[in-house]
Parts: sequence; C-alpha cells; structure tokens
Amino acid sequence: MSNEIQLTIDGKSIVAKLGQTIVEAARDNNVYIPTLCDFKNLTPAGTCRVCSVKVDGRVVVACGTRVASGMVVENESAEMTDTRKAIIEMLFVEGNHMCPTCEKSGNCELQAIAYHYRITAPRFPFLFPKKSLESVHPLLMLEHNRCIQCRRCVRGIRTKDGKGVFAFKNRSNNIELIMDKSRADDIDDELAAAAANICPVGAIIKKGVGFSTPIGERTFDKQQIGESYGK
Amino acid sequence: MGKKITIEPITRVEGHGKVTIKLDDDNNIVESRLHIVEFRGFERFVQGRPYWEAPVLVQRLCGICPVSHHLAAAKAMDVVVGAGEGNGLTPTADKVRRLMHYGQIFQSHVLHFFHLVSPDLLFGVDGDPATRNIVGVAQQFPELATQGVMMRKFGQEIIKATSGKKIHGTGAIPGGVNKCLTKEDVDNFLHGADPLNIDKMISWASDAVELFKDYHLKNKKFIDEFAYFPSNHLSLVRKGDGALELYDGVLRAVDADGKIILNDVDNQEYHHHIAEGVKSWTYMKFPFLKHLGKEKGWFRVGPLARLNVAEFIPSEKAQREFELFRAYTHGKPNQSSMHMHWARLIEVLHAAEEMKRLLLDPDLTKGDLMTTGTRKGEGVGIIEAPRGTLFHHYKVDPQDHITMCNLIVSTTCNNEPMNQAVNWVARNVIAGNEKVPEHMLNQVEVAIRAYDPCLSCATHAMGKMPLKISLEDQSGNILDEVIKG
Repeated sequence: MSNEIQLTIDGKSIVAKLGQTIVEAARDNNVYIPTLCDFKNLTPAGTCRVCSVKVDGRVVVACGTRVASGMVVENESAEMTDTRKAIIEMLFVEGNHMCPTCEKSGNCELQAIAYHYRITAPRFPFLFPKKSLESVHPLLMLEHNRCIQCRRCVRGIRTKDGKGVFAFKNRSNNIELIMDKSRADDIDDELAAAAANICPVGAIIKKGVGFSTPIGERTFDKQQIGESYGK
Repeated sequence: MGKKITIEPITRVEGHGKVTIKLDDDNNIVESRLHIVEFRGFERFVQGRPYWEAPVLVQRLCGICPVSHHLAAAKAMDVVVGAGEGNGLTPTADKVRRLMHYGQIFQSHVLHFFHLVSPDLLFGVDGDPATRNIVGVAQQFPELATQGVMMRKFGQEIIKATSGKKIHGTGAIPGGVNKCLTKEDVDNFLHGADPLNIDKMISWASDAVELFKDYHLKNKKFIDEFAYFPSNHLSLVRKGDGALELYDGVLRAVDADGKIILNDVDNQEYHHHIAEGVKSWTYMKFPFLKHLGKEKGWFRVGPLARLNVAEFIPSEKAQREFELFRAYTHGKPNQSSMHMHWARLIEVLHAAEEMKRLLLDPDLTKGDLMTTGTRKGEGVGIIEAPRGTLFHHYKVDPQDHITMCNLIVSTTCNNEPMNQAVNWVARNVIAGNEKVPEHMLNQVEVAIRAYDPCLSCATHAMGKMPLKISLEDQSGNILDEVIKG
C-alpha cells in the first residue's frame, strides 16, 4: 500500500506522506505556512498558534495536525490571514518588542513574519507588561520582555548528558522563562550560542555578541521569511 | 501693563522649543528665555540595558545626527571592554569610524546650511515668509538647492556604507566595527558618476564657503554684529598639536580673549571639570566649567568654538580658509553668532577633504575589525558632533548591565549662548517697538538657528510646522494671537 496521500491547500492539490504534519507536507510542496514554535527535529508543541489553518471548517494548528487523504486546508484565505495576523499582533502587544534597538533585529522570526504580513501596527492596545532583563549566567541573559513562550529552548537545549536547561515557572500572565542554575557549569560557549540561536525572538541573549553581524548580512536581510516558497 | 511675546514652536530647527520675551509698559525688555519643552529621559531608560546595546539605543535620540551618539556611546564602551580610547582600536576600525563621522558632519552641516539657513540669507531675514523656506530656495535657486540635496545624499551614502543604514545603523560596536568597506564602495565614492563623487563634493564645499564669504562682504554689519556677545569656547583638539579634531581628542577651552582656561583634559576626567546647572523653566540643563562657576563658566561649542580653540586644520583647503577666518578677528576668538555659518562651511570643506584622504587609505577595506582587553566598570566617550562637543558617560556592572548614564548633548552646552543670542535680539531688535512684526520675530529664530540646535535631539519632520505667537499681559491674559502654518 502506498504511503502517499493527496490533499489540497488553498485549492492546490499536493501529495504528502502519511504521518506528516500539515506544516511538513506544505514545506515539501513549496507552500509557506508561517511557524514560530516549530523547529527542526523538535516534537511539535503548538504553543504559538501562528501556523493556524482551517481544515474542513475547523481552525487547527498545522504543526500539530497530521495530514489525511482528501483533507481541504485553508491557509492564505482572507479569513485565515486575518486570524494569523491577529495572533502575531497579540504576540507583539503581550511583550515589549523594541525592534529598533534589539540585537535580534534582522534575525528575529517574529519581526520577519510581521514584515511578511506587512503589519505596521497592532489592532490591540499594547499591554506594556513590567518585565526584566536578567543576567542568569556569565554567558547568558534572559530578556523577558521579548519571550513569546514558544518553548523552543525548553525542548531543544540540553546539556551533553541530556538534561534540560530551560523551563517555565508560573502560569498565564505570570508565566516566565527560567534557567536551571544547577546546570550552569554545563553551559559552554557552544551551548550558549545554540540557546541564543534557537530562540526566535532574542529572549535568550549570548553576552557580548550584540550587533556584531552587520546590516546586510543578517538572516532576513538576505532573504525574507517565506520568500523561497512558491518559486 | 506689560506684555509677553511667545514664539512656539521655533521653526527650521531640529526639535521643539519656544521663546518668551517679556516687555514692560514702555516696551523695554524685562526678560527673555529659550525654553525647551520636551523631556526625553534616555539617561534613565538605558539603565539596566546591556552595555553593547548603548550605541544603537542612545542614537535614537536623534534622526539628524544619530551617528554622533552612536560613536560617542561606542567610544565610551571601547573603554568598558578594555579596547582603550580612540587609538586603542585597530587601524581599520578607527578609519571606518572616522569616515562614518565625517560623512555625518558633512551631511548634517549641509542640511543645516542649505535647507534651514539659506532661506534667511537668500531672501533676507525680513523676506516674505511664504517664500523664505526651502521650497522657495528650490524654486528660485534650483542649482543651489540641488547641490544641497546631492551633498547631503553623498554624506548619507558614506554613513550607509560604514554603518549599514543611512539612519540608525549598527557599524560601531564596543571594541571596533562590524564591517569595513568593499573596494566597490570606495571606488564609487572616489570615481562615482557626476555629481556623486568626492572631488565634486570638495569643489561644491569650496563653492559654499565662497558663497558665504561673498554674502558676508555684502552684509558685513549684519553678519558681524547680529547676536554678537563674548563668551568662552570649548572643543576637542588633537592631543599634542592642538589641531582641529572631531573624532577623538582632548578637551580644551579658551576665554573671550583666547587665553586657555581648560588645558587638554583627558576624556575620562571631564566630570572633574564640567558640571551642569538646572533652571525651573526649561528641561535643558546649563553646563559650565566648574572652576569658573555657573555665572562665568558657561561656554559655546560647535563650529565657531572649534575654530576658535583649534591651532590649525589638518587639511589643505580648509586650512587656507581657517587662516582667513582667524585673521578676520586678528587671531582672537570670533564672537559673532552669524560667523558660526562661516565656521560650519569651513568644516564641510574639511570633512570632504578628510573623507577623500580616508577613501584613499587601503586600511579602509581590509584588516582586523575588533580589539579586546580587560573589562572596566566605567567609560566616557567624547566626540565633536556637528553641533558641538558631545559627552557620553556610562557605568556598567559586572553582569554587563548599564547602571548609570550621563549625556551632555552639544545643544545643551549651547543653552546659555542661545539664551544670550535671544537676549541680544530682544534688546537690539524688539525693545522699544509698540508693534512686533513677523520679521522681528524671525530674527529671534535666526539667532537660535545659527547654533543649529537639536532641541530634543529628536527626529526631524519636513512639513508644516505651526508658528504660534501670542501677546500676553503680565497676568497671562492673551491680548493678541497669530497662528501661522
């Protein structure tokens, strides 16, 4: 029995492998579905909701929903685009994202997606939550103002003996990223860089790096997010 | 019953401010003040941020001279990261930053002279306000207006090549720079299609100096006497020989007679010599030399002060103009506010010549970009911004957070001088007049404008700025009000 199935995304018929998520199938077929919490080789978490699509009349997260034969996926319809923009705008207003002075600017996936959707201002009022910048390690700072709770660092950053380094404390509005300080000795230069790189928004900062990548050579200076799709 | 004249906002300057002039029953001046009505707060909200963010964050003070804040903060942080001051950087980093700075000086001075000041000179301070603006210049003197636009563009392109963006780039980082120039960049600046090449810029800069000298010759009394007052002058000079130095030097000040009253002070020691006073009616502070006190210790900064303090200019054509400038006052400090424009244009020529010298230097396109050293908890960066001496002072804790920031911005240093200039116009132009027509009020602005103030160090918006003039009695009752714009 073939493990290939057919489904449609925005009316375009595509072939996917059984067991794939909608996001994986879309990527294989050169269709862009934006993601933030999704990261290569990590189990989907569905925390950011940016990949929300409509399947058979229901809104689901594309990173956590497996393809099925004959599935009809609505991705870039006017309604889903607006829903997705609203989700992105909420991520902005729930934190304190000062792109002009942020060292992640140009490498920030949230900023890149906002540019992709040409978001100039959010429809929601800014909440301006009181958050801090915390020096947690000789090599690392946590910039809580920027954290979008995607959990990429929690899932993806492990010490050499496989122990997690990051976690979240509290719930709801008070949720906050923390670093397990008992693992401090296990964080070397390489792991600190990996932690900063896995963060999509600059909530984890490797000290001293700052603005060492010149404008023009940052990730999204070279190619905008989603730009390689559909070509 | 006395009256009060309010000019708010002041036009054709960066940022927002207002002037009040109080007159008694006989129209004598009781008091004149320049008020800065904006509050910025950068010194406070940079606290807690990582030190490497300062050069990018603090430059957001301004959209016209962000490079000056960018470089001053980077210089302070060079000290913090142990890269030392100025010459502690690699030759490539030092030269890329200097080129960025000269591009900035060039474009900012050009913007000021061509866009903001030339209408007063070309149409007269009493010219029709409807045409006494950059649009009027573009219509009646299109060649000159084009020069202004293209010169500014050249400076902006230099900034983009060195910092990544024309406004608010990221080129200077603590300990060095994040990029050097490509050979293509350099070739374009040296040999670009007319008019965007360095030789044309030098030629146009020379023409601008001649334009001013010609105007001066025909309007000697106005240029020499308008807003004339004696003062101290302060600027950086090159360590050792006292040459004009805009990027990295030692602090020197002279009094009205030219006597040195502050002798080659190291940047890190500035706070032992300079303090700031406050007054209840303005958000802008009043810097002064501590050993002379608040009353006698205030000083002017900017092009006029720099040319009064420097021994010579280390570029050929600008040096020739400098000699004429100094000879005009027989070697004594020049005290005429309107000669600020003359000095500014000589600096435009100097900046153009320096840019060419740097563009011909092979270090600009290759070599190490960064220097590291032993961390310190404190750093001061001082630079000559277009408008004058700019001080950045930071303290950083062992966890890399900024704990203290003190900024003394160029325009702040010129606070007392601008008040003196306003007072001169009030006493010599406005006093004794029953009616105060528009051209008299414009002369208040002309005096302030000579200092090219960046009143908020805020972004500048082209467009209609309303001018509100109200006449009030001493109880604050509005007797008459005119709103333009």
